[in-house]
Amino acid sequence: MSTLLEINGLSKSYPGVKANDDISFAIQEGEIHALLGENGAGKSTLVKMIYGLVKPDEGQMVLNGAPFAPAKPHAARASGVSMVFQHFSLFEALTVAENITLGMDDAPNRKELSEKIRAVSEDYGLPLDPDRLIGDMSVGERQRVEIIRCLLQNPRLLIMDEPTSVLTPQEVDTLFGTLRKLSANGVAILYISHKLDEILALCDHATILRMGKVVDTCTPKDETAKSLAEMMIGGELEIHAETAFMPGAEALEVKGLTLISADAFGTSLKNVGFTLRKGEVLGIGGVAGNGQDEILAVLSGEAKVGAEMVRLNGEGVGQMGPNERREKGLLSAPEERLGHAAAPMMSLSQNAFLTGRIRKGLAPGGVMKTRKTNRFARDIIEKFDVRTPGIHVAAKALSGGNLQKFVIGREVLQGPEVLVVNQPTWGVDAAAAASIRQALRQLAASGAAVIVISQDLDELMEMSDTFAVLSEGQLSKPQPAEGLTIEEIGLMMGGDLEGTHHAEA
Amino acid sequence: MLRLEQRPQPSKTMLYITPILAVLATMVLGGALFLAMGINPFDAIYLLFIDPFTDSYNLSQLFVKASPLILIAMGLSIGFRAGVWNIGAEGQFIMGAISGGAVGLALWGSTGWWILPLMAVAAALGGALWAMIPAVLKIRFNANEILVSLMLVYVAENLLAQMVQGVLRNPEGMGFPESRNLARNEPTALPDVFDPLGIDAGGVVMLVLLAAAFFLLQKHAMGFQIKLTGESPRAARFAGVKPGVIIAVCLGISGAAAGLAGLFELTGAAGKLTIDFPVGYGFTAIIVAFLGRLNPVGILLAGVVLAGTYIGGENAQFALKLPAAAVTVFQGMMLFFLLGFEILINYRVRRVVR
Repeated sequence: MSTLLEINGLSKSYPGVKANDDISFAIQEGEIHALLGENGAGKSTLVKMIYGLVKPDEGQMVLNGAPFAPAKPHAARASGVSMVFQHFSLFEALTVAENITLGMDDAPNRKELSEKIRAVSEDYGLPLDPDRLIGDMSVGERQRVEIIRCLLQNPRLLIMDEPTSVLTPQEVDTLFGTLRKLSANGVAILYISHKLDEILALCDHATILRMGKVVDTCTPKDETAKSLAEMMIGGELEIHAETAFMPGAEALEVKGLTLISADAFGTSLKNVGFTLRKGEVLGIGGVAGNGQDEILAVLSGEAKVGAEMVRLNGEGVGQMGPNERREKGLLSAPEERLGHAAAPMMSLSQNAFLTGRIRKGLAPGGVMKTRKTNRFARDIIEKFDVRTPGIHVAAKALSGGNLQKFVIGREVLQGPEVLVVNQPTWGVDAAAAASIRQALRQLAASGAAVIVISQDLDELMEMSDTFAVLSEGQLSKPQPAEGLTIEEIGLMMGGDLEGTHHAEA
Repeated sequence: MLRLEQRPQPSKTMLYITPILAVLATMVLGGALFLAMGINPFDAIYLLFIDPFTDSYNLSQLFVKASPLILIAMGLSIGFRAGVWNIGAEGQFIMGAISGGAVGLALWGSTGWWILPLMAVAAALGGALWAMIPAVLKIRFNANEILVSLMLVYVAENLLAQMVQGVLRNPEGMGFPESRNLARNEPTALPDVFDPLGIDAGGVVMLVLLAAAFFLLQKHAMGFQIKLTGESPRAARFAGVKPGVIIAVCLGISGAAAGLAGLFELTGAAGKLTIDFPVGYGFTAIIVAFLGRLNPVGILLAGVVLAGTYIGGENAQFALKLPAAAVTVFQGMMLFFLLGFEILINYRVRRVVR
C-alpha cells in the first residue's frame, strides 16, 4: 500500500476560534481511515479543506505525490476526491438518474447512465432503480444515491461525513459491506464519526481530533471502546461531586416519553424516563444531535406530548404550552441564545419580558408594565454581572458570555421550581462559565431541581448530583455522579446505555 | 463582480432618512421621465409634490384621500410586523363597502344616529371575514397568504360587479349599474368635521384607531407578541406565542381596517357603489405602510404624502395632459427606491476580485 493523501500542518482559524491547528496525518490507498472526535473538535473543517470547500490558512496537502490544493469541490472531484455529506442534496421531484445527471460534469445519455447506475449499484451491493423518484425513497436509499453518484466518478478517496446518523441498523450493515468492498478495490475511505463501535468494527486506522488538534492516532483493532473514548474525551477528566446531596421530594417525573422529531434531521426520543427531586442537579451528557434539543422542547412546552409523560409536582403537564408551565414553575433556557432564548434585535428589557411576563406579572390584563419590566431587566444585569451599557441595548450587541448570563439570570431570578438548561456555557468564556455554574448550583441548593444538558463532561461532573447520557434519543438510567469513571461515561456516550454493566463484564 | 455584504451595525439615522431620500429620488428620476416626455420637469414636480400641500382647495381634499390610505396601512403594518403578508386589502376594502353599504341600503328610509355606526360595524366585519379566508387557509393548510389574499381581490371585484347589477342596484337609477347615493341621504352620509383639511368622521375614527395601533404595538402584550413573531419566530414560540392566533389577529385587524376604509369611502367621497368604486387604495396602502416604516406616526406622514401624489396627479392630468398612469408609475418608483435604499442600510456593496 502506498500513501494516497498526505496532510501537512493544515490550520484554519475563524474569528475567535482556531478550528484546525497544525493537523498532519496520511491516508493510505485502500484503507478505511477514521476521523474521530467530539462535536466541535474540528472534523468538518478539516474535510471541507480536503474537499475544496474551505481554504486552509496554512499547510499543504499532497495527493498521489503531487501538490493538492483544490479551490473548489469541482477540482477535488477531478483529482479523485468525492464526498458524501450528512445532509443530502437531492431533488425529491426528480428520479435517481435525473438527480445523478445534474451533479455530473460530463453526463452520458440517459440510457447509458441508467445502465451504469445499475451496474455500479449491483457491484457494490446497493440495489437502486434509476427510474424511481427520490421523493418515494427512504433516507437510507437516498444515501445510496449520493454514494452511487460519487462512485460513478471513480474516486480514489471517498469522504463519508457521519454516514450512519440517519440509518437503521440493517442499513448500517449494508453500508459497511459496501465500504469494505470499495476498500478491497483500492478506494480509500475517510470515515468521520464519533461512534466508537462503528470505528472498531470498520476502520483500519484512526486519527483522533480534540479542540482542533490531532491528539492521537491508533489502529482500532488493537484498541477497546474504553481506550478510544479516553482518547476522544481526553484523560484529564476530574470527577468530584463536592457536597453531600440530600434529595428532597419528587419535583419532575418523565415517563415513557416518546416524540417523533418535527425536524427531518432531528432525533426522535424513544421511551425516555427519569425522576428529578428537589435540590437535585441532573446532568445529561452526550454528543449534540442525539436528542438534546428535543428534550428541551418537550420540557419547555414547545413540543407537546401526552399529558402524563411529563409530570410536575405530580400534575401531568405534557399538553401545556410554555406559559402555562412557567406559571407552574417549570422554566427553561434553550441552547441557541440568539433567535431562540432571546430575540436578537430586541432590547434586553424586551427580552426580559419575553419569558418573565407570567411569573413576574409584567403584563397583568395584557398591558405591559414598562417600569416593572425595566426593573426586572436591571435586576438581572446587576445580579448576574451582565456587561452592557444598559437595558435598551439590543440582545445581539452583547457578547456570547454576557447574553448567556442574561438568559440564565432571567430564568433563575424568576424562582423556578424546575429549571432546564441546554448547553449553559457553550461558547462562553471561562469566567462567565464559572459564574453560570455557580448560579445553577446555588439555585439547586435553595431547593429547586435543575437539569443541565451539556456536551462538556468536565462541567457535568462538576455540577451534577446524578448523571445520564442521551444517545440516539434514548436516555440511560441516571446514576449518582460520584464514583462514575471515565470508562463508564465513555461507553455510555458510545451508545452503550448500560455502561457500568458492560464495564464490569 | 459586485457583492452585497451584511453591515455589522445598520445605521439608525439612515433608517429614518431613507423614506425622505426615496421621495427625493422619485422626484429626480420622475423629473427625468417628464423631460423625456417633453414636459417641463419643474412644473410637473411642483404640481405633484408641492401644490397639493399649498393650495387651499387641494388641502381640503388631502385627508379625504389620506384617511383611507392611512387606515388601511395601519392595519397592514401590524400584520407586516409579524411577517403576515396581507396583500389583499383592496378586496377587503370592497367587501367592507359592500357589507356596510348593504346595511345602509336595507335601512333606506329609516332615520337615526345608530344607522351609520351599524354600517361601520358591518363593514369592519365584512372586511375581517374576507381576510379570515387566507387566515384559515394558512393556519389549516399552510397556504401562502400573499397569493390567497391577492386572488380574493379579483373575487371581490366580481362580486361587486354582480351586486351593483343585482340586489344593490338603485331601483330608481334607470338601470345604471350603481347603488343609491348614500352620501346624499342624511342618516347614511359621513359627516364632515374639519373642512379645511378634508377631515370627516372617517378621518376622526382613523386617528383614534391609529392611536390604538400605537398603543397595541408599544404597550400591549399582544403587540409585543406580534413584533416578536416577525422578528424571531422560534423565540416567539419559546415565549408561548401561538402562531395561529397571531395570523388570525393580524389578518383580522387589517381586514377590519380595510373594510372600514371602504365604508368611509362609500359614505363620503364616492357616495355610491359602482363597478369602478375601487381605485387601488388597498394596494397604495402597502406603499404607505412601508414608507411609514410600519410605524403609526410614520404611516400618518406617508399617507399624507401619497394622498398628495393622487391629488397632484389629477391636477397634472388637466394642466399638463399627463397620462393617468403616471401617478401609478410615481408611486411604484417611490416603493422601489425605498426598498432599494433599505437593502443598502443593511448591506454594503463590495467589489469582489475573482
